[in-house]
Amino acid sequence: MSFVGRSDAERKAMLDRIGARSLEDLWGAIPKEFRVPGALALPAPLAEYENAKRFEAEAARNADAGRYACFLGAGIYDHFIPSAVRAITSRSEYATAYTPYQPEVAQGTLQVIFEYQSMIRELTGMEVANASMYDAGTAAAEAVHLAVGAKGRRRVVVSAGLHPHHRQVLATYASAGGLEIVEVPLAGGRTDPAAAKAATNAETAAFLWAQPNFEGVVEDGEALTAIAHGAGAYSVAVGDPVALSVLTPPGAQGADIVVGEGQPLGVSMSYGGPLVGFFAIRKSDVRRLPGRLSGVTVDLDGRRGFVLTLQTREQHIRRERATSNICTNQGLMALANTIHLALLGAEGMRDVATQCLERAHYLAERAARVPGVSLPHAAPFFREFVLRLPGPASSFVTHALGSSLLAGVPLSRFDRSRPNDLLVAVTEKRTREEMDRYAATLAAWVKSRAAAPAEEAACP
Amino acid sequence: MSVTRDPSIVEATLREVSVAGHRGPRLQPLDVPAQGAAALLPRVALRATAPALPEVSEPSVVRHFVNLSTLNHHIDKALYPLGSCTMKYNPKLNDEMARLPGFAGIHPFQPEETVPGALAVIGELHEWLRTIMGMPGITTQPVAGAQCELTAILMARAYHTDHGDPREEVIVPDSAHGTNPSTVAQVGYKVVTVPSGPDGLVDMEALKKAISSKTAAMMLTNPNTLGIFEREVGTIARWIHEAGALLYLDGANLNAMVGLASPGAMGFDFAHINLHKTFSTPHGGGGPGGGVLCVRPDLEPYLPSPVLVSDGPGYRWDHDRPRSIGRVHSYYGNFGILVRALAYMRSLGASGVAEVSRESILNANYLKARLRDAYAPSHEGYCMHEFVLSANRQKARGVKALDVAKRLLDFGFHAPTTYFPLIVDEALMIEPTETETKASLDAFADVMLEIDRESIESPDVVRGAPTKTPVRRLDEARAARNLVLSWQDLEAGHGGA
Amino acid sequence: MNVPKDLRYTKEHEWVRTKGGEVEVGITEYAQGELGDVIFVDLPAPGTQLAAMKAFGSIDAVKTVSDLFAPVAGEVVAVNEALKDNPALVNTSPYEQGWMVRIRAANPADVNGLLSADDYEKLLGAHA
Repeated sequence: MSFVGRSDAERKAMLDRIGARSLEDLWGAIPKEFRVPGALALPAPLAEYENAKRFEAEAARNADAGRYACFLGAGIYDHFIPSAVRAITSRSEYATAYTPYQPEVAQGTLQVIFEYQSMIRELTGMEVANASMYDAGTAAAEAVHLAVGAKGRRRVVVSAGLHPHHRQVLATYASAGGLEIVEVPLAGGRTDPAAAKAATNAETAAFLWAQPNFEGVVEDGEALTAIAHGAGAYSVAVGDPVALSVLTPPGAQGADIVVGEGQPLGVSMSYGGPLVGFFAIRKSDVRRLPGRLSGVTVDLDGRRGFVLTLQTREQHIRRERATSNICTNQGLMALANTIHLALLGAEGMRDVATQCLERAHYLAERAARVPGVSLPHAAPFFREFVLRLPGPASSFVTHALGSSLLAGVPLSRFDRSRPNDLLVAVTEKRTREEMDRYAATLAAWVKSRAAAPAEEAACP
Repeated sequence: MSVTRDPSIVEATLREVSVAGHRGPRLQPLDVPAQGAAALLPRVALRATAPALPEVSEPSVVRHFVNLSTLNHHIDKALYPLGSCTMKYNPKLNDEMARLPGFAGIHPFQPEETVPGALAVIGELHEWLRTIMGMPGITTQPVAGAQCELTAILMARAYHTDHGDPREEVIVPDSAHGTNPSTVAQVGYKVVTVPSGPDGLVDMEALKKAISSKTAAMMLTNPNTLGIFEREVGTIARWIHEAGALLYLDGANLNAMVGLASPGAMGFDFAHINLHKTFSTPHGGGGPGGGVLCVRPDLEPYLPSPVLVSDGPGYRWDHDRPRSIGRVHSYYGNFGILVRALAYMRSLGASGVAEVSRESILNANYLKARLRDAYAPSHEGYCMHEFVLSANRQKARGVKALDVAKRLLDFGFHAPTTYFPLIVDEALMIEPTETETKASLDAFADVMLEIDRESIESPDVVRGAPTKTPVRRLDEARAARNLVLSWQDLEAGHGGA
Repeated sequence: MNVPKDLRYTKEHEWVRTKGGEVEVGITEYAQGELGDVIFVDLPAPGTQLAAMKAFGSIDAVKTVSDLFAPVAGEVVAVNEALKDNPALVNTSPYEQGWMVRIRAANPADVNGLLSADDYEKLLGAHA
């Protein structure tokens, strides 16, 4: 089965027209030693029905958020996705089109990008947003690239409040450029301002911080931006779009670049991809902007239309001097963000954000009541917080599966010196019943450990 | 179509249709005691004003996006012959499988033992691709072809650094995609461009001169962007390896080789695959794509971390990769795209995989044969899965490649890639793909020939095209000189920058 | 094609006008026509030292970008600020309002080594 509609008679007629005796003649330029002898050692084709059955069986082996109450976050969240998002993103007109190279037959895609750019502008408080990047991690890496180019400096200061994986992606991208990356620790869950000030100096191109940060804490963006600007460096914020619906946007606090992960806006978790990174800047940096950009113009009859603009920044024209090697955006995911924001609107987004805030505080308070469990940070948090447990967090996560709970992300994943810390996220989808079950499960686990502490050794 | 009566507006923006008080879907009620944001967060942390998002009801939102969608060309509607983009039909099963709750609803930080089905899917996909490419090392963490390039060149740097000298240069043919030189520059290497000879292939004498002990790698697209197989690839690989350098296959044109030829046998050390091209995952209006990077065994230690390894009957992520270049994506790459690609491959099986390439080559050669008398092919002889025509003859009549491209839109076809590769004047780069029927190819060829006749009889019609599209030619200079990049710019009534 | 006789030219399709000890530089009518609508001109700050025939700036059209090469070595003394808001001047008035930079030539006699209007017209003839 190859999705090819071709009869033998047609094939023969086509070869005749070409003037070839056989199909093999057509690829005669491939030297024999490079050809695949016979068929590849691959399985036989599956009928659509067989194929679907196999995937359904594989999917059923995963503990998904439909069957388990998901309290995992750390950059990817289980938010409500309205049905209309899927209905529209499934349309062939969006899903099976490509980059809008011919704007006359791509006004749908181009206007969507334009509307997406407009909404990201609103959320971030910035002046220009691009058509999107691969994810927040690569967007942060590209932000560093922009700042280094703009400032002509080679030192980058990064708060430990940035997602550890974003820091890793950034380090990978920066490794070739010989950039010096300096990390600033958290103090009480927030970026340590004294350490940030000490690290950010006259060689610093950018200071990166997250809002809220990786441990869920709301940062003082104005103070952090002042530290960056005090050294003449760019203030670069990695923001969460749900939080930015209620929090002061970094743009209003003076940030120079705001990037972030769009997954919480109508994109399913999908084991962490595909995602969509947003990227917003000040107008003065528009010629340094990576990625695609949709702008308004008119056609020959004076009708309003949209085109990809400032294309000379991009790799297909500027080649080795392009602002980035990025070729695509994450079009379908940016579309999902746009529909999601259109459906919810400002009021709906505020509801989502407020519910996350309220519910997260409810669970934090309930969980911290369990003897031996505490909240290590006193700082204000948004929808995510760290729980300090009386034993290994990974052990509790395993235990909680029995209560149909995905209980959180053990921070030992990123920092072995924190075996008992668990990062817990609460979205608007988590009900009181689920949270009460969470607290009860936690209490039972603590109690069972007290009764049989040897269990700890089994779950390092 | 639009609710607006302004004839100069095809479809109003969401901001323009927003009505204060309209609302979309609502949330479940808050079932915990409400404390209020002001009680939970410091006042300075809270927005002074809400973001000015549109206020639109669900029916209006759906109409808006459906109306906009009708303005797009897409592969489910008609042929989309964008050269090097491989716009083939995307089987519907693929999307349905990626949306299964057991795939769409899993979190990247779940314990591995709760996602064995996801790991099995990735693992099986890796096995298929290893076999197809004839290369053992693999990562699916990159999310696009350009990101595979970046990953590979970073790996090349790490490899050379381990061997005592990071080296300085990467060789790129002049027919290469722009991502190649821009990637090389991003990694801090110098781009050394080698010209193509009159036969459209890498100029071997120039290449020999370009290779030195400074060469870190060479990036080669095969078949190249002219749709010609680089038949000296064996010699190129030998020269590159003799210099201690590494050879990278830009897999943009892999659709010509699957099941027919083996990149591993050709001597490539790295090879990338665009799942959204060759393996039929939808292009999504510009993404998401899916990237795969295959490597030879001794390069495996440098792959991005983590790497999926087989572990008894299942798989696990190996994070202990001390020589890895690090992460290139926040999680495990575009998992949803990997599901789609495997669904496609399982449908094809061993026989179907090879049929893809055979029929794509047949389609390209048939179209070339039908068009060659009217439009000058860049090169004679058989092509692989795509070919390049020059509109030079038409240009002499005052009709440029751009005009031909625009006129095609009037007939309901998408245009070929235009003005690329840069080495062909008035280039029209055509890749029909294997999923076009003979009837569809004939319809396209008939229209191309008709446009050629028009270039003689009524060139103004071609130069004035398109006229049957939602908008006519757009003033791109105006868009770039007077930047209006958001509703906010539009309302301000002036440019943004 | 307008090729003013009183100017000097380069093979890179730039013109040079001598004004006292300074030279004014722009691109020719032919060059602007090949580029199409100019949307941005990237120029160095006054005070920048330029080396002869080295790239010192670039011109962006809608879908192409082209380097600017210094016809003579010297120091940039002025740039045409009007191009910031109105890059189209390069298209509409390439030899007058579309000028780009004024350079204090390190060696004013270098200008004599550039192409004359006649030589440049011959070069254009070879292009056509």
